[in-house]
Amino acid sequence: MTGAHLSFADARVAYRTDEGDLTALDGISLEVAPGEPIAIIGPSGCGKSTLLKLAAGLLSPTSGQVLIDSRQVTGPRSATSLILQDLGLLPWKTVEKNAELGLALRSLPRAERRDRARRALAQVGLAGFERRYPSELSGGMRQRLAFARALALDADLLLMDEPLSALDALSREALQQVLLELQQQRRYASVLVTHSIDEAVFLGRRIVVMTPRPGRIAGIVDNPGMGRKAYRASAEFGQVGRQVRSLLERALAKEEES
Amino acid sequence: MRRASKRLLGYLWAVVFIMAGWWISSLAVGSPALPEPVSAIKTFGAQAAVIAPQFAISAWRVCVAMLIGAGLAAPLGLVSGRSSRVDAVLAPIMYLLYPVPKIVLLPVLLVLFGLGGAPKVALIALTVFFQVLMTMRDAGKAVPQTAVVSVRSLGGSGWDVFRHVVLPATLPSLFTSLRISTGTSIAVLFFAESIAGTTGLGWYIMNAWGMLNYAAMFAGIIAMAILGIIFYEAFNAVEYATSAWRRAGDSATQR
Repeated sequence: MTGAHLSFADARVAYRTDEGDLTALDGISLEVAPGEPIAIIGPSGCGKSTLLKLAAGLLSPTSGQVLIDSRQVTGPRSATSLILQDLGLLPWKTVEKNAELGLALRSLPRAERRDRARRALAQVGLAGFERRYPSELSGGMRQRLAFARALALDADLLLMDEPLSALDALSREALQQVLLELQQQRRYASVLVTHSIDEAVFLGRRIVVMTPRPGRIAGIVDNPGMGRKAYRASAEFGQVGRQVRSLLERALAKEEES
Repeated sequence: MRRASKRLLGYLWAVVFIMAGWWISSLAVGSPALPEPVSAIKTFGAQAAVIAPQFAISAWRVCVAMLIGAGLAAPLGLVSGRSSRVDAVLAPIMYLLYPVPKIVLLPVLLVLFGLGGAPKVALIALTVFFQVLMTMRDAGKAVPQTAVVSVRSLGGSGWDVFRHVVLPATLPSLFTSLRISTGTSIAVLFFAESIAGTTGLGWYIMNAWGMLNYAAMFAGIIAMAILGIIFYEAFNAVEYATSAWRRAGDSATQR
């Protein structure tokens, strides 16, 4: 499996509100190469989530284009997997049935569904929990379950909206490691929206910094060292982090002026 | 299994307690209208062959009425709960009609459907309909939107949302509302059967009363109690089976 090629071409999203048009995203042009993990960071209101919804096909751009493998995105696509902040687990389904959900929606044979779900669950370290319900899992385990659901789908594009924001610092680092390893094994393209500079530098081969009102791309930081062993402790990690921080600070300062 | 035996034990204890209370009351009242439990149970045994067909008729009426009432109300309630446009039209009607006691319609139903089973079934169905309608509307509204988005984002259709989200999320509420409406249904059944017709447990009880056969009357009351308990327990069991996921969270927090 190779990753998908996601591209935004001058995409713009505007909503009509009572106080006139509100531009959520403006002039977004971005290429995500097959198998490339990118991170998006920016203050709230910069349209990060809107960008993900565009890629997921849950929203259409007001103007401009969103393409996956050169085809216009018109609706949810079966090889795209979206993990939202609240994870979207179904509390009435067991862990296994939750992991199977995407496959069940595609009416795959029961045996294959179970097979793929079990393999994905084992991969994220949830073997033995198949019969439990999400409410019986810890926050970190629920997180793993959401990943397993995406993995079972064999997605070539993984979209994540602050999936780790509800976790404590330790489980967060552990799951960042899980995400990194999964991405390196499976080679899907991924877009991770995050509030944490640390997380962005750890998981993004490139880091897209966005500014709010309207949501625009302020700059893209290249991060070639991403994925290296003990990267978090390296000088380069800190340096890229500082670069992202200064871009963010400039973006925020500009906002305060206006 | 442990749960079932625990429940059975609870029932046994309750029966002993109720019998004792009954026995003491009958001694205190000292009227033939309240016979002591042993003679009522003896009569119940002796009359079993007479009571059984009436029991079957009453059980059938409640069954059909609940199927019709819930069968119409559940989908309508869900649609109203899930679609704000439908709800805008239906909700005011529901609010207006829900508190009206459906039982006052019995005379009308008797004129329309005659003295047979139909008016009884219709009256119970009406009662169940509104209870289930209100519950399912609320249950439909309470379906977590995040779960809907989750299925949608995976490419699920409207039918998929119903099958994987709306139905499992609201099924426990359906059986809760049916369990709760059992009591009202049996009461309405008694009322309808005792006023018109010559069949069913309600008729049997009032007939025995008219003949001053209080032991037989109480045998009928016991039969009616059993009928209620059977329905209540059946809905309880289905409710339990469809809501395992709700309890899972509770036990996790206790651990």
